[in-house]
Amino acid sequence: MLKRVISQHLIAVFAAGLVLLNFPLLMLWDKDIQVFGWPLPAFGLFLLWAVLIVLLAWIMESNGD
Amino acid sequence: MLSPILVIGVALAYLLILFAVAYYADRRAQAGHSVIDNPWVYALSIAVYCTAWTYFGSFGTAVSGGVWFLPIYLGPTLAMVLGWLVIRKMIRIAKTYRITSIADFIASRYGKSSLLAGLVTLITIVGIVPYIALQLKAVSGAYRLMTTPPGIGSGAAVSWWSDGTLYVALLLAGFTIMFGTRHLESSERHEGMVAAIAFESVIKLMAFLLAGFFVVYGLYDGFADVFTQAMAQQELKDLLSFTQNRTFPYTQWFSLTLLAMLAFIFLPRQFQVMVVENVDERHLRRAVWVFPLYLLLINVFVLPIALGGLLFFGADTVNPENYILALPLAQGYELLALFVFVGGLSAATGMVIVEVIAVSTMVCNDLVMPMLLKTRRFARRSGGDLTGLLLLIRRVAIIGILLLGYLYFHLAGEAYALVSIGLISFAAVAQFAPAMLGGMYWKGATRHGALAGLSGGFLVWIYTLMLPSLAKSGWMSQDFLNEGLWGLAMLRPEQLLGMSGLDNLTHSLFWSLFVNISLFVTVSLWRRPSAREASQALLFVDVFQRSPVTHPVFWQGQAQVHDLLQLTERFLGTARAQRLFTRYARESGLNDIEQVPADAKLVQFVETQLTGAIGSASARVMVASVVDEEPLELNDVMRILEEASQLRIYSQALEEKSASLEQATRELRAANQQLQSLDRLKDDFMSSVTHELRTPLTSIRALTELMLDDPQMEAEQRQQFLGIMVTETERLSRLVNQVLDMARIEAGHAEWHNSDVDMLEVISQAVNSIQATYREKGAALVVDAPAQVGTIRADVDRLVQVVLNLLSNAVKYVPDEGGKVIVRLQDEADGITVEVTDNGPGIDPQRQAVVFEKFRRVEDEDNDPGRQHKPGTGLGLPISRQIVEHFGGRIWLHSQAGEGACFGFFLPRQAQKNGGDNNEQNGTDCG
Repeated sequence: MLKRVISQHLIAVFAAGLVLLNFPLLMLWDKDIQVFGWPLPAFGLFLLWAVLIVLLAWIMESNGD
Repeated sequence: MLSPILVIGVALAYLLILFAVAYYADRRAQAGHSVIDNPWVYALSIAVYCTAWTYFGSFGTAVSGGVWFLPIYLGPTLAMVLGWLVIRKMIRIAKTYRITSIADFIASRYGKSSLLAGLVTLITIVGIVPYIALQLKAVSGAYRLMTTPPGIGSGAAVSWWSDGTLYVALLLAGFTIMFGTRHLESSERHEGMVAAIAFESVIKLMAFLLAGFFVVYGLYDGFADVFTQAMAQQELKDLLSFTQNRTFPYTQWFSLTLLAMLAFIFLPRQFQVMVVENVDERHLRRAVWVFPLYLLLINVFVLPIALGGLLFFGADTVNPENYILALPLAQGYELLALFVFVGGLSAATGMVIVEVIAVSTMVCNDLVMPMLLKTRRFARRSGGDLTGLLLLIRRVAIIGILLLGYLYFHLAGEAYALVSIGLISFAAVAQFAPAMLGGMYWKGATRHGALAGLSGGFLVWIYTLMLPSLAKSGWMSQDFLNEGLWGLAMLRPEQLLGMSGLDNLTHSLFWSLFVNISLFVTVSLWRRPSAREASQALLFVDVFQRSPVTHPVFWQGQAQVHDLLQLTERFLGTARAQRLFTRYARESGLNDIEQVPADAKLVQFVETQLTGAIGSASARVMVASVVDEEPLELNDVMRILEEASQLRIYSQALEEKSASLEQATRELRAANQQLQSLDRLKDDFMSSVTHELRTPLTSIRALTELMLDDPQMEAEQRQQFLGIMVTETERLSRLVNQVLDMARIEAGHAEWHNSDVDMLEVISQAVNSIQATYREKGAALVVDAPAQVGTIRADVDRLVQVVLNLLSNAVKYVPDEGGKVIVRLQDEADGITVEVTDNGPGIDPQRQAVVFEKFRRVEDEDNDPGRQHKPGTGLGLPISRQIVEHFGGRIWLHSQAGEGACFGFFLPRQAQKNGGDNNEQNGTDCG
């Protein structure tokens, strides 16, 4: 039961990552703005990436064996 | 510039440190303390994904395409999101069937086909050689940069024997041989190598971050400064946007992500570290997020360094792939440059060592062994230890692969950027995806389907990617590129069937995977799988549903233990084989190898062990050569599966039954304990009752006898005796009444005359009847109650009995001088609380629990001689409790030794039927 919940979460995160880290959604970040010195496109990519890692860590570490 | 001697010396010293790490890890492993049995080390070893391509090549991409270096790392991150599902399944399958390479995985899945194993190995070699060339190119390029005075172009032609790359290749070959083939392991695990790789991952990350800090905070004033300076130039500003002033090639971004995702899982070295070298499946739980984090960290500084280099050197002066070295060198930070060089060396050597070990295992097990076994002479030469031969084949394979890498570097390497070379390799291993994933999740996939898909995809890859890359480096005529094969424009390799508008990588990836998947699926559906394919499909797809007990064994025939043992000895060495067989015998509950039955299970065991050493296909051939097999038909497979699932159902039922039996046993044990304690209580009760009855009886009898013996007894004396006898008889009848009362209440036969009761009335009745006793003892009795209280529904006489009990109890224990008892009545919304507090000696907390038990007067528990035996039956409090609980209330005792005792009870206004426990806690404290 628990295993099934983990796999559903993982598949959902995977799908979200695939869509968010591809086009056309990435184009939303293509603006001439700097955030913390970083140009927005690069900043957006790294931010999404980091969020993905945090989500993954949360799913994997919060479900004990 | 640095002196070549220094650079070479540092490089050699670093390699020695690596070897020391590996040696240490091997020693620890032998001592039973595995260094790599750790999720962090596992995650770091997976970071072997970051090679010289990451370390140097990313800057090339960043300078020409901005964020386009990222899909190569986003792909593996996405792959790792599904890692717990996909990679864990690969690990489970590989561990269960002792699979040691990706070729063996595919071959084993499709009926242990040596043809398929060979094909996969061939694709791997062809695909991976450019990747190894890339590492050699990077190392030699970095070395040249370090040792060439600035200003001199690094592209100066040198003859092949003096440019050093060949020596780098040979040195790495020697090193890999030391790492990977010192001894033969049937599981193909290399503790030392994995430890060294994890160490390298730490070094390369540290060096990379250090270089990044140097550029961002040393050369510039933080990230904002680098980016702001870059954004000031229109060209660089365009570079940093997605669109870059052109139509965005969406497809290329997606195909790069997909390609990296597939390559990450199916590259031989990734399979080696993630699957073969995995110590514990649970390590994956952490690795799936730590590895993406590693990727993120190593990429944070790529853009700033690339931009910093561009701003610093200007375009087209220094090769961007060398920025990470050139920037510290240009500033005169030679020590930093040397460390960064070592980091790059880490990235390259790590990749080469693992990749070459993985590929050499494949070459040995899946290419050379099957061919050797086919030759008659070899097969006839039975006996003799073959472990030495296996090691020799692997060593030769290692040298061969590295020399091939060197050759490719010479043929095509100079013309290409690092990244393009790497992508060619990625596209080759991506061809394994349909056969691998299809094999893991689709039972209908067949050997012919896999063969057709792989060959089709591979040929398209060669035609659309590999050959064009060779042609562009000038080793072939470029005519076929521009005009198509035989002059047919439809066959132009980079615009196949006229498909244009895609970059060459996406074009090749699309066509090769399209052909691959179509053939794989169509041919698989065309024909039914053979029995062996079907059985392997079941074992692979349902791997999580199998336990060792209910594992179906798809084999039938006759075998001899002796033959199987001899076969195992040939490939694993005598000592190991003996050890394995002894362990097998012990696990089957037998003492001796001789007693082991030569059944299907043993054949399966031997085949699995051999699979670890020589691959599944060869193991199959070898086992078949020493046993007398009956061919397996599809219905045999079905029958065996049916038996196994019957066994599984049976064992599940057995498990359930034993669990329910255990449960029943537990319940029975608890019930028995309760019965025993009840029995003990009953015995105690009986002995107490008889004891209590005997005391007055004894005294009555003694007095009667006295009077009987002495008829002339004086009237006064006789009167006194008769008085005592009457008192004792009263006590007796009171006792008997109470016992009967108790029994009736307990049995539920007592009569209750319920009416609306005024508690004030009850208390005054009780006080009146006991007033005399108090006066005799000289104790004060104080009633503290409101003028009026609400009524409750209960039996008046019973309640008077309870209050009387408490009052008579209290008066027994108050001191002779200044005794005082307070009765306190509180009227609350939900019920009435009555408390009787005395100023006697009090009761120890330990003894408080027993006061409501029958015949347990506190002093019985007490050996204190200062306490006298107080008159009483010992049934008053238990009866009171029964009565209070009958009306749904509860009774309690608060006391501290030396501070008096406070008995209290609470009666709810809404009486509960049958007087169950009232869980509502009443927090009134006595005071």
